[in-house]
Amino acid sequence: MGKTGQKGNSKKGENFEKIVQSSQFRELMAAKKKFLVPSIIVFLGLYLLFPILISYTNALDNAAIGDISWAWVYALLLFVMTWIMATIYMKKSALFDRMAEKVWKEDESERREAK
Amino acid sequence: MNMTVVVLFLLIVAMTLAITYYAAKRTNTANEFYTAGGGLTGWQNGLAIAGDYLSAASFLGIAGAIALSGFDGFLFSIGYLVAYLVVLFIVAEPLRNLGKYTLADMINSRFDAKKVRGTAALNTITIVIFYMIAQLVGAGALIKLLFGIDYWLAVLIVGIMMTIYVLFGGMTATSWVQIIKAVLLMLGTIIISFLVLSRFNFNIFEMFTTMKTATPLGEAYLNPGVKYKVPLDTLSLMIALVFGTAGLPHILMRFFTVRDAKTARSSVIWATWIVGIFYVMTIFLGFGAAAFVGADIIQASNAAGNMAAPLLAKVLGGDILMSFVSAVAFATILAVVAGLVLSGASAFAHDIYGQIIKKGKATEKEQMLAAKYASLGVSVFSILLALFAQNLNVAFLVSLAFCVAASANLPVIVFTIYWKRFNTTGAMTGMIAGLVSSLILVAISPSVISPVEGAALFTGNPIFPLTNPALLSVPIGFIGSIIGTLVSSKQDAKRYAEVKVKANTGYRAPLS
Repeated sequence: MGKTGQKGNSKKGENFEKIVQSSQFRELMAAKKKFLVPSIIVFLGLYLLFPILISYTNALDNAAIGDISWAWVYALLLFVMTWIMATIYMKKSALFDRMAEKVWKEDESERREAK
Repeated sequence: MNMTVVVLFLLIVAMTLAITYYAAKRTNTANEFYTAGGGLTGWQNGLAIAGDYLSAASFLGIAGAIALSGFDGFLFSIGYLVAYLVVLFIVAEPLRNLGKYTLADMINSRFDAKKVRGTAALNTITIVIFYMIAQLVGAGALIKLLFGIDYWLAVLIVGIMMTIYVLFGGMTATSWVQIIKAVLLMLGTIIISFLVLSRFNFNIFEMFTTMKTATPLGEAYLNPGVKYKVPLDTLSLMIALVFGTAGLPHILMRFFTVRDAKTARSSVIWATWIVGIFYVMTIFLGFGAAAFVGADIIQASNAAGNMAAPLLAKVLGGDILMSFVSAVAFATILAVVAGLVLSGASAFAHDIYGQIIKKGKATEKEQMLAAKYASLGVSVFSILLALFAQNLNVAFLVSLAFCVAASANLPVIVFTIYWKRFNTTGAMTGMIAGLVSSLILVAISPSVISPVEGAALFTGNPIFPLTNPALLSVPIGFIGSIIGTLVSSKQDAKRYAEVKVKANTGYRAPLS
């Protein structure tokens, strides 16, 4: 697919294929997948469950605390969920950053050796 | 129109023009024009994202929606906020790592195909124009109410201001206008919330108990189902809100204004907190307006409830607070439309002119000129459309913009980053399927054809039952991409390796 590749990129492309195969990068991708996929399923699931619950059932109509119904509690929990998820992501990303750094440090040192 | 309003209004104009003056000195290259040189910090960009996002529709619109329909109005707040998790987990960092100025840059980091870039630019322009008309028409009506000037004059004032910011100050001026507006908006909202809560003795339970009987809706006010009675419609709306944000060009563009993916990430976190706290306060704004202003008075000045927040401010803090809130609303409109002009202009000048016509070989001077002409063009075109659209009900344009963003942009963004097999054909079919299905389904929906005369553009029976077609059009966008990809046998593993490594590690990411 030389035609679609950027000019003079063929060498770099080969390099990227090598990085993708490297154990460092594969570890990074596995760690990301392990965290991202379940998290996305959880937050989208909780979020989409909400309109389904409020429009198809009366499950959230009852009062939870005082005159505040479960629908409001659920809604506010979605806010709390957003903040917690964002904070966890921030913490996790520090680890991903370190792993990513390893990936390109390794590639850079290999390039130097090649020269 | 009283003196306080005039003074505050002029203060905001003067402040933003001063910013533009300083920004203009620092805007000499295309990079500086589109991305402020990539020099924004996490909190600055976070505030600017909040500034871009908290449009007049969310500030005045949601406050009004909660005031008039209680719980159902709050659904918007929830959707708009959770959407940031989609931005954070899926889009923000890869976008920063792969793109330079536009969404099309990012998609084309995988496909060097003019047609893909052209289609992505077309989607951006479509979303920008829809969103812009909705903002400008809303702005005209609102400023007419707030300041008592004619609609055409109001649109013209907003239009000229936004053109000046973008034309001279580029992204630097636009970002700082957004930052200042976000701060003012938060300040105004906190003051009103505090005053509302003080009337309930700072007791949330007392507030809910009072609200049970405070409105003509009675107990129903606090329960779901006042506004959205069709279950599938509610679900569809929530889908559009949560997936649309991650495809809105003026939000995505903000991620190119920071140094790297790490800063992009921290700016989303900042935005999540600011936007979230704001949306919690929309409850107090809405409840306060319903209890202390009353549905009759709110609807008498604007049927959609857009005047709820300013009217509440008047009841709580007199003319001074109302003037302040009106001035904040004005700043809000200015900031959002400026951001829209910039993202529309980048699609024209960078994608279509710079990359497709000039094949990426335009000189720095040509790029700057193109960017400025495009900004001027986008501004003039939207002002003209807004002037003609005065008497049309254009509220559906915002949901249409979200729908196109969710259906045409998001599938392609996701597949570009995460699907190895994805190819040019898939990108094309996905974008076109998402765009066309959104346009057609909205055109035959109750938002455009309503049996109630005057409620929509046309009178009659809608062919498609849902006001928001995202429930259908988002899957169509994804399926369109998949079918297109599988039909074509093309595949470029080498290129995907490059995209995958860059997106996930930030290695050799484009500098700005």
